This record gives sequence, C-alpha cells and structure tokens, in this order.
Amino acid sequence: MNGLLGAQLRMIYRARGDYLAPVIFYVLVASLFPLALGPSPRLLSLIAPGVIWIDATLASVVAFAGLFRDDYDDGSLEQMLLSPRPLELIVLVRVFAGWVSLSLPLVLLAPLLALWFSFPPPILPVLLVSLVLTTGCLTLLGALGSALTVGLRHSLVLLPVLLLPLATPVLIFGAHAVLLAERGLDPRTPLYVLAALFFLALALIPKATAAALRVALEV
Amino acid sequence: MSGRWSRWIHRWASPPYFYRASRPWGRVFAVVSFVAIAIGLYGGLWLAPPDFQQGNGFRIIYVHVPSAWMSLFIFVFLAVCGLIGLIWRIKLAHAMASAAAPIGAAFTAITLVTGSLWAKPMWGTFWVWDARLTSELILFFLYLGVIALSRSFENQQTGDRAAAILAIVGAVDVPIIHYSVDWWQTLHQGAIFRGNPFDGHLHTTVAPSMLWPLLVMWLGFMCYFGALVLWRARSEILLRQLDTGWAREAVGAP
Repeated sequence: MNGLLGAQLRMIYRARGDYLAPVIFYVLVASLFPLALGPSPRLLSLIAPGVIWIDATLASVVAFAGLFRDDYDDGSLEQMLLSPRPLELIVLVRVFAGWVSLSLPLVLLAPLLALWFSFPPPILPVLLVSLVLTTGCLTLLGALGSALTVGLRHSLVLLPVLLLPLATPVLIFGAHAVLLAERGLDPRTPLYVLAALFFLALALIPKATAAALRVALEV
Repeated sequence: MSGRWSRWIHRWASPPYFYRASRPWGRVFAVVSFVAIAIGLYGGLWLAPPDFQQGNGFRIIYVHVPSAWMSLFIFVFLAVCGLIGLIWRIKLAHAMASAAAPIGAAFTAITLVTGSLWAKPMWGTFWVWDARLTSELILFFLYLGVIALSRSFENQQTGDRAAAILAIVGAVDVPIIHYSVDWWQTLHQGAIFRGNPFDGHLHTTVAPSMLWPLLVMWLGFMCYFGALVLWRARSEILLRQLDTGWAREAVGAP
C-alpha cells in the first residue's frame, strides 16, 4: 500500500511541470475578474466566494481530465486491472495522489486569492476547511469523469459537460458556508452537509470509477 | 417462482421476442395515454375552478407538473436500465435507456419552458434563480451529458455502459440536487405533496377538484412515455441488429 502511494507521488513529482498548468490557470482566471469588473474592493469581496468556487471547480475539471490518460496510453491501466489488489483501492490511492498534487496547491493558494479580493481575514479558516472538502469531492468526481472518458480522444469539452452538473451541490454548499461566515452567521450547517457529501462520494465514487475503467478496457 | 421470473426476463431480453411482443403493448399505452390526456385536459381546462389567487393562469400546472414528475421518473428509469444492463449484461436494457434519454430531456425542456411561461404573469419575470427551477436546469444538463457520452464512443457497447454508469451516479445526485429546495427556500411555491408517502402521512394543499385532472394527466404522460419508449427502443434494436437475420427479415431486406 505504502509502496503504491509512494510510487504514485514519485511519478507526480517527476512530471511536476504538467501539474503546474492547472495552478497557473487557477490564479490567472481569478486575476481576470478584477480586470473585467473593476477594482472596487466592496464588489470584489462580495463576489469572492463565488469566484473562488467557480475557479476551483473549473481548474479541477481541467486538471483531472488526464488523471488516467497516461495510464491508459502506456498500458499501466491493464496492469492495475491484473493486480491482485482491488481496483477500487488503486483508484483511491490514485485519487489521493491526485488531490495532493493538483488540489492541495489550489487550497494553499486560496489565501492569496482572498488577499486579492479584499477578503476579511477572520473567515480564512472557514474558507480553507470548505475548500478542502470541496476539492475532495471534486477530485473524486474528476477521477470518475476521467475514467469515463479515458478511451476518447476529444474528451476536453465533454468532461466539463459531464462533471459540472454533478458538482453543483458541492458548489452550492461550499460557497454558501463562506457567504454565511462573511455575513457573521454560523457556517456549520453547510459545512456539515459538505462533509456528508464528501463521505458519500468517498464511499461510492471509487466503485463507479473502477467500473468505468473496466468499461474503458472492455473487460 | 424464481425460475418463472428468470424465464420471463430472459424471454423479454431477447431482441427478436421484444421486437414482436412489444408492439401491442405500445399500442395499448398509446390508446390509454390519448384517452387520459383528453380527459385530463378537459378536467383541467374546463371543469376545475379558477384559482382564487392566480385565476386561470394556474391551468398550465396540468402540463408543467406532470412533465416535471416525468423528468425525474425517466432519469430513475435510465439508472435502473443502466443497472440491469451492467449487472446482467442485457443489451436490451441499454437500448431502452438510449431510447428513453432524449424523451427525458424533452420533458425537462417542457418543464423549463412551461415554468418560464407560468413565471412571467405570476412573478413578473421569465426566469428567477429559484432552487427548483435551477435544479431542473441542472437535470437538463445531466440528460445532455448522458446523451453526449453515450454517443461519443465508436464502440456502441462502451458508450452504452459508460452512459449507464453516469446515469447511476447522476441518479444518486438528483435527489441531493432536488432536495436543495428545502435548504434553499426561495420564491417557488411549495411542493404539491408533502410528507412521507410510506407512513400514510402524505397530504396535499391542492383541492380535489383541481387535483384529479392533474393525476389523470400524469397517468396520460406515463403511458405516453411507455408508448414512445417502446416505439423508439424497437427502432433502436433494429438499427443495432441490422446484421442479424431476424432484423433483416423484419425490415424486409433480403
């Protein structure tokens, strides 16, 4: 188990250039909003939760499009299927490695975005907690989307069409928690719902992803 | 018992048998649907009294609400077909899902359009970002995703099975999206039925004289769906099996 996770993380580290693009995309998109809407701090702090959430969702979709692509192309996906370990477990390790390499940077950069959007600093913890849960859900969904479209050559447009509707509850509760905290209200209810959604996704999506990978390899 | 059931299922899962045996069922559904929609429209547009707040404007409910129910029902139908197709590898189930998905998308579109038309006189605008309207819009996107995914593979079977997985995941997500209305209460009026139908506490705020045409319309829409999905599934399996003897015979090809 440790070996599998270590190998995954080592592979990601060696190809770290590939994982920089989604992060740049994330920061770049966020910087477009002040340019388009004007630099008024009041307006920016008002739209900040929405902007950060849509931005994180789009960046995740872009980032996870290729989660299983290389494995499919070089044949390691067949090896994963032949492995004595259950495919669901391998998927889970892959998802965790994906979260560390692709989503964790988005979470860690959120304070920078909060600074740009004149976010009140006291609600930063709420922002980070809800972003961790949100990106967890999005990573799982992204793995499923990547597995469903792994055999397709033109999946870049299809993937957002599949994933974004599924991700809307996460978007609603994640942004809602930050909105409540911004207004000085108790953000715990949406955070609890978000955590429930994350555990539901954690329980069900690896199974669906493994099934999708088996479909892609026609076994 | 189980032997009889499995024999019944295997007989119906065979495409040539389904092609022959579903034709009369399609006709029965079509006739029942025609009669029920005629009665429901008469009841809804003439017999039911005008609403004391909305006047005659509420009568669009007789198209809007059954369509909304159908849009949810057909998504569950897709997921059930997908499960049957994935677990027992019954190809007919995938053909049924493939036939049903565009019908479901159409019912969702009808719900959105009639909802907008209803909203204009009642709320003064064609569109509000109300939770229920929004979740219906998301459902529409989910349908489009399932249809797009099933058609983007060169191998039909891969497309069928990938779309089935998406439909199942979507069906788990649909109630989460749908019940966001309870957390997110806004402009939309409350649901027609409240409470739990399984412990006998189901009750409604709609008067019986307005309610029965609605239920008859719903029966009509269900049968309309039944007739249409059988008709489309029959064409679908003909198309899929054109290289087999029975299908060529059925279309009169040599």
